[in-house]
Amino acid sequence: MPRLTIDDLKKIKEKHRSDFTLREGGYRAKVTVHMGTCGIAAGARAVMTALMDEITKANITDVIVTTSGCAGLCAKEPLATVEIMNHPPVKYCDLNDEKMREIFREHIMAGNPVEKYALVAGCESTY
Amino acid sequence: MDKVRANLMLCAGTGCVASGTPKVKEALLEELKKRGLDEEIKLVLTGCNGYCAEGPVMAVYPDQVFYQKVTVEDIPILVEEHFLKGRPYQKLMFKEPEKKTAIPRMGDIPFFKHQVLRVLRNKGLIDPEKIEEYISRDGYQAMAKALTEMTSEDIVKVVKDSGLRGRGGAGFPTGLKWDFASKVKSDIKYMLCNGDEGDPGAFMDRSVMEADPHSVIEGMVIGAKAIGAHHGYIYVRAEYPLAVKRLQLAIDQATESGLLGGNILGTGFDFHLEIYLGAGAFVCGEETALMRSLEGKRGMPRPRPPFPAHKGLWDKPSVLNNVETLAQIAPIIMNGSEWYRSLGTEKSAGTKVFALTGAVNNVGLVEVPMGIPLRTIIYDIGGGIRKGRKFKAVQLGGPSGGCIPESHLNTPVTYEDIVATGAIVGSGGMVVMDDNTCMVGTAKFFLEFTADESCGKCTPCRVGTKILLDMLTDITEGKGKESDIETLLDLGRDIISTSLCGLGQTAPNPVLTTIKYFRDEYESHIRDKWCKAGVCRNLTTFWIDEKLCKGCGACLRACPSKAIIGEKKQPHKIIQEVCVHCRTCYEACKFKSIKILPAGFEGDPSELLEAAAAAGEGKKGDSK
Ligand SMILES: Cc1cc2nc3c(=O)[nH]c(=O)nc-3n(C[C@H](O)[C@H](O)[C@H](O)COP(=O)(O)O)c2cc1C
Ligand code: FES
Repeated sequence: MPRLTIDDLKKIKEKHRSDFTLREGGYRAKVTVHMGTCGIAAGARAVMTALMDEITKANITDVIVTTSGCAGLCAKEPLATVEIMNHPPVKYCDLNDEKMREIFREHIMAGNPVEKYALVAGCESTY
Repeated sequence: MDKVRANLMLCAGTGCVASGTPKVKEALLEELKKRGLDEEIKLVLTGCNGYCAEGPVMAVYPDQVFYQKVTVEDIPILVEEHFLKGRPYQKLMFKEPEKKTAIPRMGDIPFFKHQVLRVLRNKGLIDPEKIEEYISRDGYQAMAKALTEMTSEDIVKVVKDSGLRGRGGAGFPTGLKWDFASKVKSDIKYMLCNGDEGDPGAFMDRSVMEADPHSVIEGMVIGAKAIGAHHGYIYVRAEYPLAVKRLQLAIDQATESGLLGGNILGTGFDFHLEIYLGAGAFVCGEETALMRSLEGKRGMPRPRPPFPAHKGLWDKPSVLNNVETLAQIAPIIMNGSEWYRSLGTEKSAGTKVFALTGAVNNVGLVEVPMGIPLRTIIYDIGGGIRKGRKFKAVQLGGPSGGCIPESHLNTPVTYEDIVATGAIVGSGGMVVMDDNTCMVGTAKFFLEFTADESCGKCTPCRVGTKILLDMLTDITEGKGKESDIETLLDLGRDIISTSLCGLGQTAPNPVLTTIKYFRDEYESHIRDKWCKAGVCRNLTTFWIDEKLCKGCGACLRACPSKAIIGEKKQPHKIIQEVCVHCRTCYEACKFKSIKILPAGFEGDPSELLEAAAAAGEGKKGDSK
């Protein structure tokens, strides 16, 4: 490593922000992909991959992704819940790669829930 | 895709490595890969979490789920359930001793919930082998501030105002120590760190050095600037290989990054830091002995004055600070003295780390604001006494400290209040003892240690500790004399007032405090040849109360000497001639039918036992 300046200390901190957002909390949005056996069978894995890909491309650190078990709505899998801090969570159903990418752009980045894919808004939040 | 969605913080401290971290790590990496999760889930190896007894431990973020006793066999199901399907795995979670309900989140586990982390702020949150991780937690910001925006006087003032006192044992105000050294004129001065950690059972400093080595280095650079030192040493015992390795790595990385060595951060300030390995002698933790040892000589203390601030290492002005003291410096510089004072009491500011062990349900490192009562630490954090047993005493301050009884459990942990009990806060060892502990034996245990570790330079300590030990040994073997208690007290006071260094000046404390609070135990050892806790073999008779015995045979099966006879469902009997007084039967009996009587007792003990029970009750009543 080259010799650092005081500015470099801040840059290093910035560079590792996404790891520390996970560890310290303080994220802006959280997406939960339901990955029960049913979800995985219905293609939750592809939904997850698409989401992670979008986040990487957008180069943002304040959105975290988690998984959870079956949501009890196996017929409508894959499901995902998007929670923007201080807003009611929105559950999306019958997802696929494309829909997830659209939700990422519209809801997570622009702040407008994508009603056509939404199952319910305002169910129990998880944070 | 390089977005990581979870961080698994697996403990790689000394304790967890010993209980299986390396294998767990391999299994985890393999399983994550197999499941295609290796890119989105990152495994990070941390330093000691202070929860070694339940290791290997692992925290999962962002879920904040805490797992303990993780084994290789658990990995496939853990990965599938939690990391793939998002269902945290109950089997590995902390469970409350009585209720058996699993508590998933670290922040909800009572052991962690009541703690306030300042010294241990990065514990389990960073990989101590990567300097970027320390920097990401605002590491080296305080050093940058101290080197660019503050004068030596500014630094001394903030540390003085913070009220920080040395955590190595004596509790000397850190700012004052720095002030003395900064005012001495000398071309060469030394900034030193005491990582000797000689108290048996203590591991606060090891944990900090392993989990957050840069916090110690940063504190040292700030101290060096304050006193005008350009060279420093960290004195660590060689028995801490992992701490040594991590410190060395940290020093190398910091030097390479220009955060140590010449012209730090381009500010023109130089500080060169080296590690020096100690051979693990207790006395080498004493400041003057440590400096002699650093000079390559035999580690023996010398009289003070002159104090190290004037004549220390190689007779140059030197400051020696404890690991935990130094780890607090950076946050104090960043947040100010008022922030530091917001916890603790007027004279004992901030937080202190204790190594809580012994007969409590939860053992480990505990960082709490000073001033909270002992009871809170033992019952709320420690989860109370193991196996529902009765609390007897808490030992504070290791071989230099003392035993505090139930009646003083509301004592706040501050330097002054603990000293008033006869114990000391010391470096933070806290051993909880239940009613199975013999207090004479406890005093003897610590005296064995100090008599052994006495360097022999001064007579009161060399000879005095040996005489104390011999008398205690006699008492525990049934050879005690009526006058012994007074002799112990007199001699103890003499050793304290005439010894050369802190070792001798504190060595009698375990004896004095146990006599102060448990004099009746000494008396029953001496007069009645009776160790009521059943620990001193020569001072016991184990006897089965026929009225209580159910004839279950548990004692008979447990006895290693085959000294117990009896038919099934009939009261059993101990053949005294064969019994070796090992107390195994006493532990095995579920019906409390085995009683501990004085040595050589014959006949009907009911009167004796009733009197003892009544005395015990009376004592308990007094304490409330
Ligand atoms: C016998 C003896 C052993 C000691 N062992 C240690 C030790 O292991 N670690 C430590 O930090 N201080 C130890 N001390 C205290 C040191 O002498 C010294 O006071 C301390 O390191 C100063 O740092 P502080 O002001 O930051 O506490 C010991 C003192 C005595 C008398
Ligand atoms: S080594 Fe893992 S908790 Fe101490």
